Amino acid sequence: MEITVKIFRYNPEKDQRGNYVTYKVEADENDRVLDVLEYIKGKVDGALAFRRSCAHGVCGSDAVRINGRNMLACKTLVRDVGSSITVEPILGLPIKKDLIVDMEPFFDNYKKMLPYFINESPLPENGRERLQSPEERARFDETTKCILCACCTTSCPSYWASGEYYGPAAIVSAHRFIFDSRDEAADQRLQILAETDGIARCHTAYNCTVACPREIKVTKAIGEVKMAMMTGKLD
Amino acid sequence: MANVHQFDVVVVGAGGAGLMAGLYASRNAKTAVISKLYPTRSHTGAAQGGISAALGNYEEDKPEWHMYDTVKGSDYLGDQDAIEFMTNEAINAVLELEHMGLPFDRTPDGRISQRPFGGHTNNETGKPVRRAAHAADRTGHMILQTLYQQCLKNKVNFFDEYQVLDFIMINGKAAGVVAVELSTGELHTIHAKSVIFATGGHGRIFEVTSNAYAYTGDGAAILLRHGIPLEDMEFFQFHPTGIYKLGILITEGVRGEGGILINGKGERFMPKYAPSVKDLASRDVVSRAIYTEIKEGRGVDGKNYVYLDVRPESVNRFAAMDGRTNPDGSPYNITGEQVLAKLPDIIDFCRVYLGVDPITQMMPIQPTAHYTMGGIPTNKYGEVVVDDKGTVVPGLYAAGECACVSVHGANRLGTNSLLDIVVFGKYAGLRAAEYAKQADFEKLPADAEAVARSAFEALRNGSGKENVFDISNELKKAMFEDVGIYRNEKDMAAALEKVRELQKRFKNVGVKDTGKIFNTELLNAWELGNLLEIAEVIAMSALNRKESRGGHSREDYPERDDKNWLKHTLIAKKNGKLEINYKSVSITKHQPKARVY
Repeated sequence: MEITVKIFRYNPEKDQRGNYVTYKVEADENDRVLDVLEYIKGKVDGALAFRRSCAHGVCGSDAVRINGRNMLACKTLVRDVGSSITVEPILGLPIKKDLIVDMEPFFDNYKKMLPYFINESPLPENGRERLQSPEERARFDETTKCILCACCTTSCPSYWASGEYYGPAAIVSAHRFIFDSRDEAADQRLQILAETDGIARCHTAYNCTVACPREIKVTKAIGEVKMAMMTGKLD
Repeated sequence: MANVHQFDVVVVGAGGAGLMAGLYASRNAKTAVISKLYPTRSHTGAAQGGISAALGNYEEDKPEWHMYDTVKGSDYLGDQDAIEFMTNEAINAVLELEHMGLPFDRTPDGRISQRPFGGHTNNETGKPVRRAAHAADRTGHMILQTLYQQCLKNKVNFFDEYQVLDFIMINGKAAGVVAVELSTGELHTIHAKSVIFATGGHGRIFEVTSNAYAYTGDGAAILLRHGIPLEDMEFFQFHPTGIYKLGILITEGVRGEGGILINGKGERFMPKYAPSVKDLASRDVVSRAIYTEIKEGRGVDGKNYVYLDVRPESVNRFAAMDGRTNPDGSPYNITGEQVLAKLPDIIDFCRVYLGVDPITQMMPIQPTAHYTMGGIPTNKYGEVVVDDKGTVVPGLYAAGECACVSVHGANRLGTNSLLDIVVFGKYAGLRAAEYAKQADFEKLPADAEAVARSAFEALRNGSGKENVFDISNELKKAMFEDVGIYRNEKDMAAALEKVRELQKRFKNVGVKDTGKIFNTELLNAWELGNLLEIAEVIAMSALNRKESRGGHSREDYPERDDKNWLKHTLIAKKNGKLEINYKSVSITKHQPKARVY
């Protein structure tokens, strides 16, 4: 079938500002939106710039706005969004070219969370694994799924209002360690999140949960971190 | 040369092998890791089912069994000294990942959980053994995340979104790499004493593949241009279960949890091909079985696919027939909720891409191009070895899928790729740092960036008569059809001719984007150049090997021929022409015998 694809274009070496260009192309309803972008790049305009790698929703490269909502282009099928598709860069990060945004501010916020396992206690004497019950492991299962695609953070009105806010993705990364029974630095992370640009900026808009292509209940995870902050308990 | 950086060690690629190398090298030497993607985008993140080690957390297991299974899986082409090294290191490698915080699934008593995988057996009973340590069906994702996180903790220097374009070799020694910074288009020279390539595979030469767009064989192609040979490039693994048409991977863990393959007539067919381990045979065996079922008219609706069935009622029925039990001896039984908990991503992929719910429906699957067994020849310390005598290139290392140690031989066992990257990434990093300590920087040539610059100029100034997208598609089709699961002289010769024609046409592509900032058109064209070189190497190596072994199955030479072909292929470019040589196989404990599952 023929579909109409309207794409935000911006070449900083030529354009004063971005504009929308409309393409009419043949597509199958089972094509990924990424397939459509690849076709346009391959056959219509090679200069079209976007990021992509795995093409099946696990690497997090191709977060874009499709018909106004944040999605991964490789995990969105034409049949899900219809024959008239608008593709734009995600909001709140500086646009570098076409659909590519500057991811550095996003990763900078992630890095503020001490996003690595911290346990300075001696290893088990037999050299084997630290023990963790299946229930303890399940406690933080969901937030281990995060692929750092930025769909959540760049759908968050608080993040749009203040780019200083660490954003939902950073809090999800903190949650993954705060609720890991083996980790010893929950207090440090909760202190970081108690700062002005931390968790207080979350106003529970739920956009993040809707946007997450990994179906992480982001708002719930943020709520759990807030609760831990208030009660000092991690259960 | 405005942008010159100096490091003791530079690692190219930030997947599991590159990050592990970076982590270990950085403890003893000034180290940089450069990657064309943000590290967390690397393809290690797509690995699903597990990483193998004889931890024995559910039942008896031994590194010796793991070694034998790997040797047998490799169809006796794997180097046994290296395989023994890897399977002995496996237990500590997996424990080290746990100590770094990797969230493995757990046994009821809190240890690392393990699941069965194809070709991994109890060597006494011949039955599948639970050897694959897993984190749901995103084990690779968790390894990638954990290693990246540890690199951040240890303050490793990253050059994110820098595409390597050339290797600098001076006086036969490594001296650095040249890369382009994608966001600016600026060239950078990274002057180093040690260079570690960890650039992954090249599955993008095939039409149906589980591989990422980034898998374009950059490291292997760059070294080929410098006269470094590539080893066993004819051996490419086709994973039995890719999503029909799309090629997206459905982990072998599905069969590990009890899933079975069903043909178009509704029959379970694997017992015909592998009476002992059935659906958990080696990948080459299962892919050939599926292909045979389809060719003999038992695909679904006469099409090129069969079903993978993990519906609980099917799993439980066949588990009862097979006499499968839980670790405590009770009959194996699984519920829909358990399937969802163990395989959440697989369920998600099927729902999104197929509109199929695997809890209640069967999944349409076909074999998909998956893994590069061959690659840059190395020894077990990651040192690049250029001949049969063990001659190394000082300062040059490779690890992970781009390398060929060779621990996978003619066919890799599932879960051994994640083990490979962790073990050999570590040793490459250690050795590279050790070497850098006692070596001096080679003096850079006056214009180190000349090769990279002229490659780009050629693409920019091309006539534009030809189109990158079209050449790429023709290449993938030819390679998938004619150098795929089953091969023969006539088809492979046709493919080789096609590849050479495409190489000629490639000279007439033209890149229209004249900009510097994120010129992805230019980069994709450059990557296609790599794929075209690699495809020629694969087709030539495959044509040359007149036998069937592991992933290389020839209709015209259906038997394994140990007398003439129990040897590695080494192919190198000399004066613009590819030349084939050989290298002996290390056989220490297991003499080749017939391979039956």
